Amino acid sequence: MTALLEVAGLARAFGAVRAVGGVDFAVEDGEVFGVIGPNGSGKTTMFNCILGQLRPDAGRVRFGGAEITGARPLALARLGIGRTFQSLQVFGSLSARDNLIAAAQEYVGTLAGRLLAAPDAGLTGRAEALLARLNLAHVADKPAGSLSYGQQKLLDIGMAFMSGARLVFLDEPAAGVNPRIVGEMAAMLRALKAESGATFVVIEHNMDFVMGLCDRVMVMAEGKRIALGTPAEVRADPQVLEAYLGG
Amino acid sequence: MTLPTLSRANVAALAFIVAMTAGLLAAPLFLKTYGVYLLSLWALNTVAAIGLNLTLGYAGQISLGQAAFLGIGAYAVAILMKAGVSFWLGLPAGVLLAFAVGLALGFPALRVQHHYLAFATLGFNALVFLVIRNEEWLTGGNFGIRVARPELLGHSLRSGIDYYHVCLAVLAVTALLVWLLLRSPWGRAFACLRDNPIRAESLGIDVRSYTLLAFAIGAACAGVAGAFLAPLVNFIDPSPFGLVPSIYLLLMVIIGGPGRFFGPFLGAAIVTLLPEWLRVADVWYLVIFGIFVVALMAFCPGGLLAVPEKVAAMRAARRSARGSAAGQAGARP
Ligand SMILES: Nc1ncnc2c1ncn2[C@@H]1O[C@H](COP(=O)(O)OP(=O)(O)OP(=O)(O)O)[C@@H](O)[C@H]1O
Ligand SMILES: [Mg+2]
Repeated sequence: MTALLEVAGLARAFGAVRAVGGVDFAVEDGEVFGVIGPNGSGKTTMFNCILGQLRPDAGRVRFGGAEITGARPLALARLGIGRTFQSLQVFGSLSARDNLIAAAQEYVGTLAGRLLAAPDAGLTGRAEALLARLNLAHVADKPAGSLSYGQQKLLDIGMAFMSGARLVFLDEPAAGVNPRIVGEMAAMLRALKAESGATFVVIEHNMDFVMGLCDRVMVMAEGKRIALGTPAEVRADPQVLEAYLGG
Repeated sequence: MTLPTLSRANVAALAFIVAMTAGLLAAPLFLKTYGVYLLSLWALNTVAAIGLNLTLGYAGQISLGQAAFLGIGAYAVAILMKAGVSFWLGLPAGVLLAFAVGLALGFPALRVQHHYLAFATLGFNALVFLVIRNEEWLTGGNFGIRVARPELLGHSLRSGIDYYHVCLAVLAVTALLVWLLLRSPWGRAFACLRDNPIRAESLGIDVRSYTLLAFAIGAACAGVAGAFLAPLVNFIDPSPFGLVPSIYLLLMVIIGGPGRFFGPFLGAAIVTLLPEWLRVADVWYLVIFGIFVVALMAFCPGGLLAVPEKVAAMRAARRSARGSAAGQAGARP
């Protein structure tokens, strides 16, 4: 296997706070890569440095062998990198279906061409299929802002997949979701993965979720990587236990 | 190909369009010259407000400079006609100029939002107004420029009713084009940039280009309205293109309901026609108008077209409150 994503020496400070202090890792093509760590350990900051929301102070990021350090979110999206944010981010006034269409329409044709394209840019079929997969078919026409938190969360995740991204970053997909649905969500992600063949990088606090879903897990504490391995290896690592229990 | 489904909302919109068209075509039978002039003015104000509704209501970019684009369209036509150019060449020139300047005005919106953007656009409007007023060699300054009515296919449009029909046609064409645009993927991209630009960008939506386009297209609509306004009034001076007219255009959008397709039609009717009806109230007119706007914003900030939804929501809330109160009363021993 080849590395799809390579991160080397990535660092970012906020004033005196070294949120991310030089992190290295590589994500293999086709794997589910988990990122865990206590609150404030720099997971989201690391995502935002990779995904163009924040400028890293130092370090390099490569995607499919090409340098993408400091690239803008729009450019990364066009390269086939999808993401969700830690906070819920859907288009509240658009219907659930339109949220999914919006997430993929810019990949169809040219900007000028889309002015004259069919209103749905030919994406209704794909959106309906994904809505069914996410158990959202019955709310397809409702404004996304009126859906339940869990439904919006599922929609948000669906949007990251809609354009056929090769690499998808999810920041705490299961956070705040009804525990009953968390298992369902893991199954859904597995199915999405099987269908799309996408590679995942997933931040999550829910251990059952992470251990059940991920091929490998990286553990962060205070902006540093303290462990990296299979879920079983990581779980047995004394440093990890200390980071979670001590601190 | 599948036929568009005729939902209740579609049928209602269609019935509304048919009734409105019939009413507008029949109106001159009951009106004097001034009434027909006012309706022509309403049609052109609606065109400018449709543009602002696109920028503000659909794409979420505040602009307090819409009257400046009206001025750009009007003066482009007036200056070119004075130089002997046909109105029908001046029209595209004015619209293109408004589009280009609108595109340029979009750039501040890429850096600042909300009240900063409001001030940036307001400043732009003040600048355009000063240029129009001070560059007498070009614009005639406060003395203005006379503008003759154009001809259409050899037929003079000097009659008020003929020109009214032209204004209605301009409104119909603009409304249709904007409707098609809003239905296209562009319309969805505009809504995304209004709802959540950061998320939009992460989904490959080019927020930069769409922001600039939202300004430019909104400005072009005002350019169209301005180009037809100049021959309507036969004479233009700087006064209709200052800050206050921009606020009135903003009011048209806000009163009708931003982000609602027919909002500008209603808003322009109220802002254009109400002063005439309230003439009897004389100096009290502004007070009455002010109270009306304040009450509307307090009761229904979504504008007049949001009132039915608001009332329905209030009814539903009252019903459920009564239901739960009844439930509690019944539970009592
Ligand atoms: N924009 C910012 N400005 C200043 N400090 C920040 C900013 N964003 C994050 N931080 C700080 O950087 C550190 C890392 O935060 P980050 O959000 O990356 O952690 P996290 O691992 O995602 O935590 P959580 O699990 O709670 O989401 C924290 O100390 C946080 O307070
Ligand atoms: Mg976080």
